[in-house]
Amino acid sequence: MPDRPAIWNFLLGRLSLSSLPLDNMIVIWTFVGVALGGAVVLGAITYYRQWGYLWNEWFTSVDHKKLGVMYMVLGTVMLLRGFADALLMRSQQAVAFGSNMGYLPPHHYDQIFSAHGAIMIFFVAMPYIAGFMNFVMPLQIGARDVAFPFLNNFSFWLTVSGVVLFMTSLFVGDFSHAGWLGMPPVSELRQSPGPGVDYYIWGLQLSGLGTLLTGINFVVTVLKMRAPGMTLMKMPMFTWTTLCTSGLIVVTFPILTATLFLLSLDRYIGTHFFTTGFGGNVMMYVNLIWVWGHPEVYILILPMFGLYSEIVPTFSGKRLFGYSSMVYATASIMLLSYLVWLHHFFTMGSGADVNSFFALTTMMISIPTGVKIFNWLFTMYRGRVHFTVPMLWTMGFLITFPIGGMTGVMLAVAPADFLLHNSLFLVAHFHNVIIGGVVFGVFAGINYWFPKAFGFKLDEFWGKLSFWFWQIGFWVAFSPLYVLGLMGVTRRLSHFTDPSLQIWFIIAAFGAFLILLGILSFVMQIYVSIRRRDELAVGNDPWGARTLEWSTSSPPPPYNFAFIPRVHDRDAWTDMKKHGYQRPLEGFNDIHMPKNSGAGVLLAALGTIFGFAMVWYIWWLAAVSFVALIACAIAHTFNYDRDTHISAQEVARFEQHTGNWEPKAQGATA
Amino acid sequence: MSHPSQSALEHGAAHHGGHDGEHADHGSLRSYLTGFVLAAILTIIPFWLVMGHVIHDTQVTVLVVLGLAAVQIVVHMIYFLHLDTRSENGWNMLAFIFTIVLVVIVLGASVWVMYNENANMMPMSPQYQNHQQGS
Repeated sequence: MPDRPAIWNFLLGRLSLSSLPLDNMIVIWTFVGVALGGAVVLGAITYYRQWGYLWNEWFTSVDHKKLGVMYMVLGTVMLLRGFADALLMRSQQAVAFGSNMGYLPPHHYDQIFSAHGAIMIFFVAMPYIAGFMNFVMPLQIGARDVAFPFLNNFSFWLTVSGVVLFMTSLFVGDFSHAGWLGMPPVSELRQSPGPGVDYYIWGLQLSGLGTLLTGINFVVTVLKMRAPGMTLMKMPMFTWTTLCTSGLIVVTFPILTATLFLLSLDRYIGTHFFTTGFGGNVMMYVNLIWVWGHPEVYILILPMFGLYSEIVPTFSGKRLFGYSSMVYATASIMLLSYLVWLHHFFTMGSGADVNSFFALTTMMISIPTGVKIFNWLFTMYRGRVHFTVPMLWTMGFLITFPIGGMTGVMLAVAPADFLLHNSLFLVAHFHNVIIGGVVFGVFAGINYWFPKAFGFKLDEFWGKLSFWFWQIGFWVAFSPLYVLGLMGVTRRLSHFTDPSLQIWFIIAAFGAFLILLGILSFVMQIYVSIRRRDELAVGNDPWGARTLEWSTSSPPPPYNFAFIPRVHDRDAWTDMKKHGYQRPLEGFNDIHMPKNSGAGVLLAALGTIFGFAMVWYIWWLAAVSFVALIACAIAHTFNYDRDTHISAQEVARFEQHTGNWEPKAQGATA
Repeated sequence: MSHPSQSALEHGAAHHGGHDGEHADHGSLRSYLTGFVLAAILTIIPFWLVMGHVIHDTQVTVLVVLGLAAVQIVVHMIYFLHLDTRSENGWNMLAFIFTIVLVVIVLGASVWVMYNENANMMPMSPQYQNHQQGS
């Protein structure tokens, strides 16, 4: 505790002026930049009087489409933050050789790689997949919203709570330096007395709860709310992968919560679950965190597999090849992903029998994954492939991801892993699958579903530029890491002594620069498209697609479908088009919809305050905010005013006068 | 949350209309009492076993208590959570079996892994430590 009158310690806990990193120029300039940028954004919202609009139409919305869009915005903002960390690391490693120590001291560098990893997984990849699942899945199954619309809003704001805590750590106190998984003993109180690990713990506890609720919500939605006629084996592939991913979320996220809770008990009340003394066991943390951690990477990739399974048939003008094998491959990946976690710590000394079991299960996962790759290739085979931007990203994935998968099988060979463990080879491998699989999928999906969400297409030129910069930049940035890893260079180093390695790091830094151009091109693509939105405007089905979300207008009305469609075929929309479907223009009924609610924002805000108070040991505030949180949650259950009706006249007005719906597809090249 | 949107209701009606076992039944006084008595008996037995030193071998006592705890879980599932093979068209049962499989995998494999790692990586006997300090 700082040296000051006791009343201040009571009021502020361990928070004091010295908690602000005023000695670190990089952080100060970042703060200045963020503060100026934030002031411009907030000022603009105030000046144009948009707060009411934002609050009523977006923040309190329980509409799955709006929540989906907000998740995508959140993911993009955090992508910029996480990528800034990546640029810092790449430039540090490119210069820090011999007598040059670079510009990042080790303690700061350690925080950067920890923040980069945690942010990219929890606040970039997870919001992106939650965004896609939110926006697309209810439309694909012909539903009007998810099963628990308010819970959906609450989940989103819990994710934002985690983001707020993580971003606060940049300017108030510091962040964890214990890696993206907060491994003890480094994350224990003795080695990390500062607030960094506590920021990490509470940020993940809040957002993890949000993710868990999302998982429950989507499992129920897929199982209970499908349009009549849509049996399980008639569900679109993306809906299947949403179901499997949500199932994985439901069974794995409680493990993360429990593990982090045990770690916080160690840090807050002096238990010894993961210390090396008093019967504690550091290895138990490693074991538990990976029981969650491995399924987590499949939680990220499965929805992307589903997304590619929608894009490939659309732009090949064919049905998806091997639908049932795709379903069974997804389900077996879901189960197998639960049986492989030990491959993250082969070197911890489990012995040959344990290691071989987990090596074999790991290699087995490549079989269903290979089935999927071949299915996509066979779908394209003899199809009329349109080289649109989503398809380019998909083909980039089809080339990049299998290479990452194969280096993964190399790592799965336990004896080889003893050499490659903790090396840059591993870093190259997981970036290869996560960028090649998840990030490429995110951009493919944004380009594919953007016209559905906003009624106009994204600009092709900047989209292609973004794709090529990413694709080439990826290989320039990560091939050197494969080479260095094979030479034995370990990860997480802020300084090197051997000057012969430097050239590889300079190449890698250049690759990161190319990726930066790719990200800037993406931002430019969004900007240009918004400027040219009238030229780029499209109807309901710009790609000649096959699933139900393309049967309603772009953007869809709040109620999605005036009449719930009846499904007769796997590619329901293709089937409807084949039978000359005309959109009905009369005979509408009132539509019962869930009502917006500000309770999600309020609860998540209280959660954020609670997390912040716990981080800084401000016990009175923690107690007050926790009690308020529980009280508000209980009070909210007595709110029976949750329904609203969209009258038949309103529905008729929208359905008869919507300008952006044409009964005929415009073809994929339009 | 207690009011699912209309579409859920419409779908439910359209999709599963006419099927039995759409919802889990809410039990009766009789079933709750049966559950309560069974749970009480299954709680009293372990106390009696431990406090009365009925079985001499502690290891056996521990195993019996664990076994009774497992039976207790089943009783709770059936009488209090109304788990059966018919409710929600079998989805409840399927989800339960899925959970059991995963819990067994996580607990079983973690015990296996940690046992191996303790055996291989924790040679912290007093002799070993003396040896380390002496060298």
